[in-house]
Order: sequence, then C-alpha cells, then structure tokens
Amino acid sequence: MADNVLVQRPEFVREIESSAYGVVEKPLTTWERIFNNAAVRKGLILLMLATVWQVYSALLNNPLLFPKFSDTISAFYDNIMNGVLLARGWFSIKVLLMGYAAGLFLAGTLTAFAITTRIGNDFLETLTAMFNPLPAIALLPLALIWFGLGNGSLVFVLIHSVLWPVALNTHSGFMSVSQTMRMVGRNYGLAGPRYVAKILIPAAFPNILTGMKIGWAFAWRTLIAAELVFGVSSGSGGLGWFIYENKNQLEIANVFAGLFSVIIIGLFVENFIFRNIELKTVRKWGMQS
Amino acid sequence: MSAVAAAGPLLEVKGVTLQYKTKEHLVTATYRVDFQVFKSDRFVILGPSGCGKSTLLKAVGGYMQPTEGSMSLNGAAIKKPGSDRVFVFQEFDQLLPWKTVKENVMFALTSSRRLAGKAAEDKAMQYIEKVKLTKFADNFPHMLSGGMKQRVAIARGMAMEPDVLLMDEPFAALDALTRRKMQEELLQLWDDTHFTVLFVTHSIPEAVLIGNRILLLSPHPGRVKAELNSDGKDNLSADGKQLSDRIHDMLFADQIEEEVTPHG
Repeated sequence: MADNVLVQRPEFVREIESSAYGVVEKPLTTWERIFNNAAVRKGLILLMLATVWQVYSALLNNPLLFPKFSDTISAFYDNIMNGVLLARGWFSIKVLLMGYAAGLFLAGTLTAFAITTRIGNDFLETLTAMFNPLPAIALLPLALIWFGLGNGSLVFVLIHSVLWPVALNTHSGFMSVSQTMRMVGRNYGLAGPRYVAKILIPAAFPNILTGMKIGWAFAWRTLIAAELVFGVSSGSGGLGWFIYENKNQLEIANVFAGLFSVIIIGLFVENFIFRNIELKTVRKWGMQS
Repeated sequence: MSAVAAAGPLLEVKGVTLQYKTKEHLVTATYRVDFQVFKSDRFVILGPSGCGKSTLLKAVGGYMQPTEGSMSLNGAAIKKPGSDRVFVFQEFDQLLPWKTVKENVMFALTSSRRLAGKAAEDKAMQYIEKVKLTKFADNFPHMLSGGMKQRVAIARGMAMEPDVLLMDEPFAALDALTRRKMQEELLQLWDDTHFTVLFVTHSIPEAVLIGNRILLLSPHPGRVKAELNSDGKDNLSADGKQLSDRIHDMLFADQIEEEVTPHG
C-alpha cells in the first residue's frame, strides 16, 4: 500500500504578516553604481592604455619611432589650436557624410526593390555576394580614372563601402520580421509603402542599425585609406592627408595626433551618436538588451 | 431565437477545403467544413492538433483562399484580410514593441483609417480601461507580463469593434492561473458588449467554459464531427454524461484505446 511508503505529516496554514520581513529592495552602494556605468568602465580602460603607452615610450626614448603619450597630446592640442586638425577633420567628415548619405539612400532603394519583387531579391543577393567581399579601396584606382583626383572618387568608394553592408543587414532584418507581425499589419489594412514604413522598418530596426554602424566604420576606414593614397585636391585635404604629410616631414608626434583624431571621431560617433540612437529606439523598445 | 435566425448568419462557411504546400507535400488541412456563426456568438472551434483549426481561422481572416467552397461575412465573400475581422494571436509579438500600450491600440484604429488623433486616443483609452490596463497605457510591451500583453491584444481587437473577433488560442502561452483569469475576464467583456468571437482552442475545458456553440473537428484532415451547445457550466446531458466527457469521447473515439494503468 502507498500509505506505508509515504511519511505522514500534519497540514498547516500560516497567516502572512506584512511587516515582519527584512530588506526586499535595497539601493546599490555608490561604488557599485559607479562601476555599473559603462562610460566609467571604458574610461578606466582608456586611462590604463594611456599609462602603458606613456611608460613604454619613456623607456624606449625614441620620439622618431614612438613619441610619448604626453607629446602626442600636446601635438594634438597645438594642431587643434592652430586650426589645422579641425579644418582637416571637417574636410574628411564632409566627404564622409556625402558618401554615407548617398550609400544609405541607395541601400534603401535597393532593399525596397528586393522585398517587393523576387527578381529584385535575387539581384540584391547576387550583388551583395559579389561586392561585399571586395574592399572599397581596391576600386580607388578605377575611381580615379573615372572621376579624377577629387571628391567624386572619394564619394564613389565611400558609397561602395556603405551600400553593401547596409543593404545586406536591412534585407536580412526585413526577412526576419515575424509572421505574426506581418499578419497584424495586413489585418489593419496596411499595404505597400505604409506597410514597409509602419511594420517592416521598425521591426527590422535592430538589424538596420547594425548595418548603419558597420557601414559607418567601413566608410571611415576607407576614407582615411583613400586620403593616404592621394588625399589632396584643390589645396586642402583630410585627416589621411594630414597623417601622410606629417610622416613625410618626420613629425611623428603629429602623425600620432592625426591617428588620435581618427580614433576620437570614431569613438564619438560610436559611443554618442549611435549609442543614443540605440537607447532611444531598440533598447527602449526592449528589442535589444 | 427565431429573430436571430431571421437575421441570418453573420459568418457563413460552406464546404470549405483548405490546402497548403510545404516544401515536400501538399497538405489538406480541412475537408468540406461547414459552419455558421451568428451575431454575438461565442463560437469555439475545438479539435486536436492537426485538425486544421488555425488554418481555418486564417482563411476566415482572409490570409488564404479555400481550394473549394465559400466563405462570406454579412453576405460578402471573404477575399483578403480586413479590419472587419480582427485577429488576436497566441504569440506575444503580435504587439508592436516600438509602440506603447496606448499606441498599439491607436495604431489599429489609425492604420485602418477608422479614427484619427484625439478620437482614436479616446477610443483606445476606453478599451484599455475595459481590460484594466489604464495604469500601464504608457508602458512598452516588453515591460508587461504575458497575461497583460494578451489583454492589450484583446483591447486592440475590441477597439476596432469588428464584426467578428478571431482568437487563435490566445491564452495557450499563458500559465494555468493567468489563463483561468483571462477566460473569466473575456466572459465579463462579452457580458459587457456582446461582441461576436470565433475562438480556436485545443483545450476541452476552455471550449466548454468560453463557447456557447462548439464545433468539433476531427484530425487529418479537419472534418466537422459535431456542433454542440454549451452554457459554460459543463452540465449533464440527457445521456447522463458531462459535456466535456461527451466531447472527449467524440474526439478520441477513433483512436485505439490507450492502456490505462490504475493507481493503488
């Protein structure tokens, strides 16, 4: 019999008191809260790297090969103050934004074509498969022949570097929009461009944003590399040209200052612009944790 | 009763065969299914998995066309999805994560061009209040529990004031306690507005509780086995069996009796 196997115990029912328990919620300590801030953690890492740099270069003591961190900073400061770096940086960013905007626009058009027709889909898949692995800089010689020395060539290679990653990510984002969400959109009478704008784009936004970030990074790298190759047109040049020029004059601290600006602009875009877009969209919506 | 019959059925499904293609097969989901839904019905389609009940609901929603037979709503043939038949799905991602609770409900009203601006907002809030979520109107869906998300979806569907609300196992992804509560709330909402609902489920107790009319489908492919009345109380019928037992017997009559090992 089962009764012999089971241990018999009396039942009980308790009254739950409302005040007799200890801490349910307790604020974190100040230190925990500071360390929870990603900016603080990343700042600490930067500080550590700068220290390693400074110590190593002081030991090496060869400003021609590897200038000190402090020298780089002062070169950076001087070039900001005399306006050279700002002008060069602005020149680069201007070209970059032109190429980036054109790339995004083309990617949008191509993807819209790809999701509405099957042939467009095949077209996009074939093109991305062909061109995505091709480094944009490899097209530069050709671009120079077609568009000459100048912004035209730069914008051309920039478009190439932005278009494919953005189109690829946007497209895969659209493809992975859940069936339920699509049915919801159609249920309320959405079709055509309204359906794309109100359902597909927001639902695929995490992927689109990833594509935009990758596209930005590719574009920035391509631009600096392209400027290093020819750089100057009509008397002014960008950051790549600044680096190249100073290398020729053996102003190595200035070379480092140029690289430093490239990094700072990259960090700024990643950690402020894209980060804020992310916080206001996909994170707020709980689509990305 | 006669007045309702005189008004005619709201939704009429006649001899509907539904087929869809997978990568390897052509699957017949339902075979010559007939049923009629009248105004204010709580019409439940009940059957085991594989009886094509969800496919049937999709067809009523206008997402697929029958290979045979006809479906009409208010006398007009169903050709494509429309906001006169609003879906409530089982999946939580039917709510748009980039919109708050209020915006989700308003989205339905504005997208379908029913209402705009303040009027849409008022209507949305009215139905959000009905499902007791006024406090959460400005929250995003990811902050809500599963039951609350389904309540938003129901509010969104009801705010459209559709001819028929199509519910595809709306409570199947919820835990048992929440599910129980949601079923009661749905009945309270029905007492309030007497909306017409077509409800798909595979749970016999849920069908008995929710439906006033239960359509039983047999599996592979779905064919109509019976149509029963229910008053929600699982009463004894003339043959001395409870409604749920009758349904159980009918659904599993074709299967080989599984061996039962008694405890003790």
